[in-house]
Amino acid sequence: MNPTRKLVLAAVAVCLFVLVLVVATAGLMLASEAGESGGGRTPEERVVVLVVVVLAGATVGCWALIRLHALYVAASLRMAEELAATVAYNGLRLPEQSAPELRVLAQAANQLLSVRDALEEDVAERVNEARASLEEERSRLAALMAELSQSVVVCNLDGRVLLYNQRAKQELSGGADGSTLGLGRSIYTVFDRALIEHALERLQQAGRDQAGGEESRKLVGSAQFVTATRAGRLLRAHMSPVLGGDGQHGARVGGLSITGFVLVLDDVTSTNERHGRRDALIQSLIEGGRGPLGSIRAAAEMLSDFSDMPPRQRDRFLSVIRDEAKALSVHLESAAAAFSNDLRERWLLEEIHGAELLDVAVRRIGERREGERRALAVKTEDVDEDLWLRVDSFGLLQALRYLALRLQDEYEVREVRLSLARSGQLAQLDLSWLGTFMNNETAMGWLQDPMTTGGEASPLSVVDVIERCNGEIWFQRVRVSHRAIFRTMLPAAEAPTDLPRAIVAAEEGDRPEFYDFDIFSWSGASHELDDRPLTELSYTVFDTETTGLQPSQGDEIIQIGATRIVNRRLLRHECFDQLIDPRRPLSQQSIEVHGITRELLVGQPTIDTVLPQFQTFCADTVLVGHNAAFDMRFLQLKEKQTGVRFDQPVLDTLLLSAVLHPNQNSHRLEAIAERLGVSVFGRHTALGDAMVTGEVFLKMLPLLAEMGVTTLRQAREASEKTYHARLKY
Amino acid sequence: MSKKILIADDEQNIVISIEFLLRREGFEVLVAGDGEEALARVRAERPDLVLLDVMMPRMNGFDVCQALRADPDLSGTRILMLTAKGRDTEVSKGLGLGADGYMTKPFSTKELLAEVRKLLGM
Repeated sequence: MNPTRKLVLAAVAVCLFVLVLVVATAGLMLASEAGESGGGRTPEERVVVLVVVVLAGATVGCWALIRLHALYVAASLRMAEELAATVAYNGLRLPEQSAPELRVLAQAANQLLSVRDALEEDVAERVNEARASLEEERSRLAALMAELSQSVVVCNLDGRVLLYNQRAKQELSGGADGSTLGLGRSIYTVFDRALIEHALERLQQAGRDQAGGEESRKLVGSAQFVTATRAGRLLRAHMSPVLGGDGQHGARVGGLSITGFVLVLDDVTSTNERHGRRDALIQSLIEGGRGPLGSIRAAAEMLSDFSDMPPRQRDRFLSVIRDEAKALSVHLESAAAAFSNDLRERWLLEEIHGAELLDVAVRRIGERREGERRALAVKTEDVDEDLWLRVDSFGLLQALRYLALRLQDEYEVREVRLSLARSGQLAQLDLSWLGTFMNNETAMGWLQDPMTTGGEASPLSVVDVIERCNGEIWFQRVRVSHRAIFRTMLPAAEAPTDLPRAIVAAEEGDRPEFYDFDIFSWSGASHELDDRPLTELSYTVFDTETTGLQPSQGDEIIQIGATRIVNRRLLRHECFDQLIDPRRPLSQQSIEVHGITRELLVGQPTIDTVLPQFQTFCADTVLVGHNAAFDMRFLQLKEKQTGVRFDQPVLDTLLLSAVLHPNQNSHRLEAIAERLGVSVFGRHTALGDAMVTGEVFLKMLPLLAEMGVTTLRQAREASEKTYHARLKY
Repeated sequence: MSKKILIADDEQNIVISIEFLLRREGFEVLVAGDGEEALARVRAERPDLVLLDVMMPRMNGFDVCQALRADPDLSGTRILMLTAKGRDTEVSKGLGLGADGYMTKPFSTKELLAEVRKLLGM
């Protein structure tokens, strides 16, 4: 029975009960009156009795109604509130109800809640799994990209960089104007905009041309161009489109549209130089040879055609031939010497640090072979740590191992030594051992046999390998020290200057920082900065150290440190960290604060060169600083002198802290960091403070959002309203 | 009357042979050691043929050739360029500037003689 009918029936029952009571009382009173005939109660007495009975009946009825109300109506409302709470928090359950009907309802609701919680857990787990596998793939991609010997840069259609590898950073940064590659930055600071746009146009044109045909997917074009960077390097670029589903940009190709592009860059500066040198060699051999050869030939022909000439004439022709032949020889020699390295085959040779090669050789030779009682002992001596070689390192290691193991097998040599020393333009690599001598013929045979070590057979001989490395090898004995040596002479190489740096491992749960695909969805020009959400903006978080606190009385900046925030991530690897010579003395007080002494500043650039670089670094970002008014004052005082204006929006973590926590007394950076749970390292270096400020700022963003501050405009307005905001930027 | 030939070349060792050869063949031979001297001697002595080296100090063979061709009085002077550069582009440049023939070192003296006679219409 439903509660409404129950209530109605109860009300009807109460009414009937009261009516029956009244009628019964009245009946009883009439009966007794009739029995007693004339004696008995007065009418007044009867009314009193009736009223008492009615009141008693009504009281009982009300009590029953209140009880029913509590059991059904109030309990249902409570249950509704409890249910509302379960919407917000997982894991809550409705309590046991006293009314049987509501109990059933609560049980059903609880079952539903259990199912929902299980589902949510399942979804969360799947999301985590997906995220983990995505992170893994991203890390793999980062590792792969870092290993590439080519530079890779991926941009969206606006030219914003959303991915790059270390190699690209090395090659594309460091122009005279401080131009640098970074996430969210424009590629046009490095490359000419027109050049990229032209290539992009060609891609889109190719896309349009192909769009109709069957082959369209295969034939999405790529464009190539050669360009010089602002830093003066010559690059060959290969541009391919990035295709995406959303069709608002560019040409559609096979149902996809171009959303960005990949640039693969090869530094061809040195290749070009090498080709240039090779061409010059060939030219000089051909053209330089023609003149002398012409003279020789003519003189020789005169001598043979006119054999009747007088002896003095004959002598003149002979001396022409002698002189020109000699000049030709000298020319040939000098060309050969100057270009010898360029003439050799280079493709399978790599630069390797000599000491490192020897370390690997020691391990390879000293490995215990299967079924061997003791491994061959290997020692190094006199290793020149500065020596670099250009060799086929795999082949060379194989050759050394083969020779050493054959010595062990056939001459029971127990220990070999490796040494590496410079000898003029050459490197001398010795494999030596004590005592047991072999004769020269045997040694020659070893060097010319195909190499076999253990189970491995190679079609090449030691001599083949060494010749490939443009070296020579021979066997010799040193009678004084009773040692025998396989001596290899190899060309020494220059230490490479552009070794790829190791990737910095990302922190747990943290993405490597040199790519950010979320930038794909940006479209820089379409939004007014002020109304952009705070979470979408790019920031330069900066701090300065100064000679003192009085910019108007001549105090100067001595250090600028800055880092960037793109897509809510602090990019620790994209830093600006520069000391500046203030051209004035430092106060002892300030030295105690920042620890920067006069000596550290000698030879550093002055503010005139640093500020333009810093401006480039800040391009297209919002500035963030702690007590930024102070730093901005220093920057503004330099406007006239340097011609550099910092007119981008500025946010101040000090003011934002006052917005968030108006009742706190301290808004010092340490205090805020502590409140927001940011650990503080490296305070009082400009970069260290900038990092802390950046982290604090990131923690503030969600708190500001809770207060309804989500856009740049709102953040600036809120800052201005706070008590501290009386300083004007 | 014998034909007059000017050899313009700074390379003494080749001049010896060519001078000897041409004298033996009965030509009147003049020698100039650089471009400016060559130009001056052509103007002064009106040779029938100039053997012109390209790489010369002070004024190179191309410039001399151009200067000679710019002078209508000298239009009868034949020019045979001799050079140690054998690139096609240079051959066409020499001919384009008005040279009548082009020989690349090293050349055979017989061929040179044949070319000289051809240019002189002998």
